[in-house]
Amino acid sequence: MITVKELRKSFGDNEVLRGINYRIEKGQKIVIVGPSGSGKSTFLRCLNLLETPTGGQIWIDGQEITDPKTDINRIRRKMGMVFQHFNLFNNLTIMNNITLAPVKLGIMSREEAKEKALQLLGRVNLVDKADAYPAQLSGGQKQRIAIVRSLAMNPEVMLFDEPTSALDPEMVGEVLEVMKELAESGMTMICVTHEMAFAREAASKVIFMDEGVIMEENTPQAFFDSPQCERLRDFLSKVL
Amino acid sequence: MAQWWADVQMKFTAAFITGDRWKLYFRGLGLTLEVAVFAGIIGVVIGTAIALMKLTRTRGGKETAFSRIAEIYIDVIRGTPSVLQLLIMWFVIMKSSTNSVLVASLAFGINSGAYVAEIIRGGILAVDAGQTEAGRSVGLSSWQTLRCIVLPQAFKNALPPIGNEFITLIKETAILGYVGLSDLTRVANQITTRTYEAFMPLIGAAVIYFVIIKILTILLGILERRLRKSDNR
Repeated sequence: MITVKELRKSFGDNEVLRGINYRIEKGQKIVIVGPSGSGKSTFLRCLNLLETPTGGQIWIDGQEITDPKTDINRIRRKMGMVFQHFNLFNNLTIMNNITLAPVKLGIMSREEAKEKALQLLGRVNLVDKADAYPAQLSGGQKQRIAIVRSLAMNPEVMLFDEPTSALDPEMVGEVLEVMKELAESGMTMICVTHEMAFAREAASKVIFMDEGVIMEENTPQAFFDSPQCERLRDFLSKVL
Repeated sequence: MAQWWADVQMKFTAAFITGDRWKLYFRGLGLTLEVAVFAGIIGVVIGTAIALMKLTRTRGGKETAFSRIAEIYIDVIRGTPSVLQLLIMWFVIMKSSTNSVLVASLAFGINSGAYVAEIIRGGILAVDAGQTEAGRSVGLSSWQTLRCIVLPQAFKNALPPIGNEFITLIKETAILGYVGLSDLTRVANQITTRTYEAFMPLIGAAVIYFVIIKILTILLGILERRLRKSDNR
């Protein structure tokens, strides 16, 4: 579903991604871990071109998105993204946060979008917040809404960029719960996180990134129980 | 004491009552506000356009022709006195026009636009980049993201300084006398020369400006609170 070939990204003289090759199949849950500065967020952000790669190619459903002629807005409709800092639209109510894109892009009528939003809000137990503004919600509630906002577009893949890193500890669970449910429903997911328990439980593959490359990739069990490279063993000893 | 009071009454009558002079002040105020409001609207429209132009960048992050034009515009307008801009607009650029309010509003609007542009640019830059990223990530185009998400928040950020700019604009129209228009300040000045008495007309005009701007300040406060509704916790 997603193929990445020799992906490179530099910020000025700083080469953050030094040639990433990877293939993600439909329905897979990929969890990316690694020390800070390893390029994992940049890799994720390249997948929907929030960062423009400086080299290499990315194909999504056979379409090369790194080709300048590709209409990236159309590709992004089927790729949801959840950010570390939620990024809910501060000027809009929760309902309008969710319905804005489907209605503006002509995918649903206002009524359809509202109905869909209420159904999704029900899934995360936040129907009563439909008319609230983002500033009135807790971090955990905001992040659940952010997930719902992405789901409203019926995406084929969901990208998570450290979705629990900015949350108070007692709110991490409610967000991971939603993500686990989403994983069980068969959604293709790519998730950068420090939640090792989530990786072990929900991932189909875990990737270890360091210094801009994929150092190791394995099933969660093998990844955590018998890490191959020294850097990963060192990393796991610090985080587990 | 009685002599002093009679003197005050006489001066007051001469400044405001004789020949229905109070009507002149209000006619002057009418012109002041007319030019200020039209110029304010022109200023916000031009300011928004110039701010967006100044923020355009090439894919490589370099300046564009648009951003250069915007910079030159702001430099020229801020670098020359507004009285001169008004005179140039009046006697050079639009000297054949007979619509004096239009010409004056354009001159002040073009002037105000340069200041409003910087205010709105600041308002846009103050909106978190994550808002734009979130908009783009759900598939909205850069224009849709700007219009539905960034600009509403930018205007909210910019409202206090825009209100300030509009207040400055109202008072700046006091130079309209330079091109022979009878705004509030010129009316007061004319009455001074007619009655040989400066205190009442000038203080009277000052009080009228003050009251108008006080009312405006209160209205802006209400608008600001209403726009801040989404920030309430």
